[in-house]
Amino acid sequence: MSQPYGLLAEFSNHEDLLRAAETAYAAGFRKMDAFAPFPVEGLPEALGKKTRLPLLVLIGGIIGGVGAYYMEWYANAVSYVINIGGRPIHSWPAFIPITFELTVLAAGLTAFFFSLGLSGLPRPHHPLFNVPEFERASQDRFFLCIETRDPNFNRDQTRAFLQGLSPLSIAEVPE
Amino acid sequence: MNTPDQSPLTSHESPSYSPLGYPTNLLAPGQTYETVNKTIAEIPLSHAPMSWRFGFFVAFLLLMMFLVAITWLFAKGVGIWGVNIPVAWGFAIVNFVWWVGIAHAGTFISAILLLLFQHWRTAINRFTEAMTLFAVACAGLMPLLHLGRPWVFYWLFPYPDTMGVWPQFRSPLVWDVFAVGTYFTISLLFWYLGLVPDLATVRDRARKLWQKKVYGFFALGWRNSASHWQRHQVAYLLLAGLATPLVLSVHSVVSFDFSVALVPGWHSTIFPPYFVAGAIYSGFEMSLNIVIPVRKIYHLEHLITERYLNNMANIMLATGMIVAYGYFIEAFMAWYSGDIFERYMMMNRAFGPYGWVFWTLMLFNVLVPQALWSARIRRNTVALFIVALFINAGMWIERFVIVITSLNRDFTPSAWHMFSPTRWDWMTLFGSVGLFLTLQFLFIRLVPMISISETRELVAEREKATIK
Repeated sequence: MSQPYGLLAEFSNHEDLLRAAETAYAAGFRKMDAFAPFPVEGLPEALGKKTRLPLLVLIGGIIGGVGAYYMEWYANAVSYVINIGGRPIHSWPAFIPITFELTVLAAGLTAFFFSLGLSGLPRPHHPLFNVPEFERASQDRFFLCIETRDPNFNRDQTRAFLQGLSPLSIAEVPE
Repeated sequence: MNTPDQSPLTSHESPSYSPLGYPTNLLAPGQTYETVNKTIAEIPLSHAPMSWRFGFFVAFLLLMMFLVAITWLFAKGVGIWGVNIPVAWGFAIVNFVWWVGIAHAGTFISAILLLLFQHWRTAINRFTEAMTLFAVACAGLMPLLHLGRPWVFYWLFPYPDTMGVWPQFRSPLVWDVFAVGTYFTISLLFWYLGLVPDLATVRDRARKLWQKKVYGFFALGWRNSASHWQRHQVAYLLLAGLATPLVLSVHSVVSFDFSVALVPGWHSTIFPPYFVAGAIYSGFEMSLNIVIPVRKIYHLEHLITERYLNNMANIMLATGMIVAYGYFIEAFMAWYSGDIFERYMMMNRAFGPYGWVFWTLMLFNVLVPQALWSARIRRNTVALFIVALFINAGMWIERFVIVITSLNRDFTPSAWHMFSPTRWDWMTLFGSVGLFLTLQFLFIRLVPMISISETRELVAEREKATIK
């Protein structure tokens, strides 16, 4: 039999899951993930998860804003100049609305695509979907999965550890 | 049961009304994860009720009428409308401003109320975001139809063309392209990002294979993982933060289309704030017109509680007062400026040939909404629906008054000319309503119309409060 993907413990509410995640992190597990039908406050932090998304969005926004202003300046002040009554060619106040709009657009696109991309989505198939109970993760159950690739993983000891967290059930996730 | 630290925000049990008479329930008592999942996620998975079929049929007929109107327009040109010089901006621009305005409530509810921790957005944000998308789609069509040569609309975009010409970036009309385009894109991303976890719920509850496949495709393989949720929440919050200035900017830019011009009745600095308030006003009125029947037909009273309707009515009252102030200041400034053209514009608006339209506007948008001071009316869904309908029409009339009465008599009396709409104008207006309603009906039928994951959060919060 090949290596399984990991061990999946099922809980009935988010507070049990949060406690379980904290205990597992304290026990030294790192390659693990928790699953809940809504964002549980403090759960990613309990699992030691961090995200660089805000920085990426800031960079996206800056690129959008600078790019927009450059485009307007190049188009109206360099490439195709229209002199209307001798008004300034580089009339910056008139360039602000589009600079603002494209800043927001670029930052928004970054936020959307990177939030999915960094999560590895779209990904229609995943070993976890092989566990029949797992479809309740999107409905009313809470899961903690410790993966086989964690250095501390040992099939029997990890199962015993999860048992100690008094879950509703424990399932082995086939690869 | 009632612990002293229970705030009205987290309390979902009795009392149902605060001491001032405001409904306090965000969620009817007795709701669990399963009842919430079932109520919302089963709607797209089961057959549509008769009332849905009937409504969709009517909306679809209107949409077909729109198709006829557009086809004839493309065949003959804008001459089939009542537009002429000096009123070159007819119904198309009136409709455009009306639809963009309606769109604003969605973003207001989903972005600004999210940032302000207003939990009463939960059951209505998905609806109103969808409403935003469809209203912006209707709005975006209008200037395109009005172009005269709509097939060269892409000249508005900055692309390196063989003629060596660039768009004039100092023009509010070009700002509009970017403002409305950005608004649509950001609203779409915001809406879809919130939808992904709910599509996963529908996928996992689907019984038929094709349903599992279709919803699974759009759910992108969402696993409800803590790290997915973390990025999802950060992205959602950032999009809300980005959309917030957008709400204020889009209608401000639309108002620049008018206020940057020198036409009396348009050239006014009050326009941006007054337009934004009007936009939120009209958006909430349209949301009520949609939410009230849907709530009744699909029996969602325990999720969309009285508190939602009451709060929406309150916002309408507040923004309605700002709009009324805008009307007053317009008239006052026309007099105070001492400018004869401005003064004449105001006299013409109120007592000229279109005077009756102006007074209808005052009745619909200023007088009728005062009924919302009464808590009895705010709690009576039929009365609230009717008031909202009046404001809906009123907001369209407002844009008619701004566009038409300002243009039809400007500086030179020899150029004065009355505008009268043709049947093609009316068909375009009601046809666009058909497009909007058709999309709205399809949305209600095909995707979870209330955010399931956010409602589950409300359930979890209440459980926590009861354990305490």
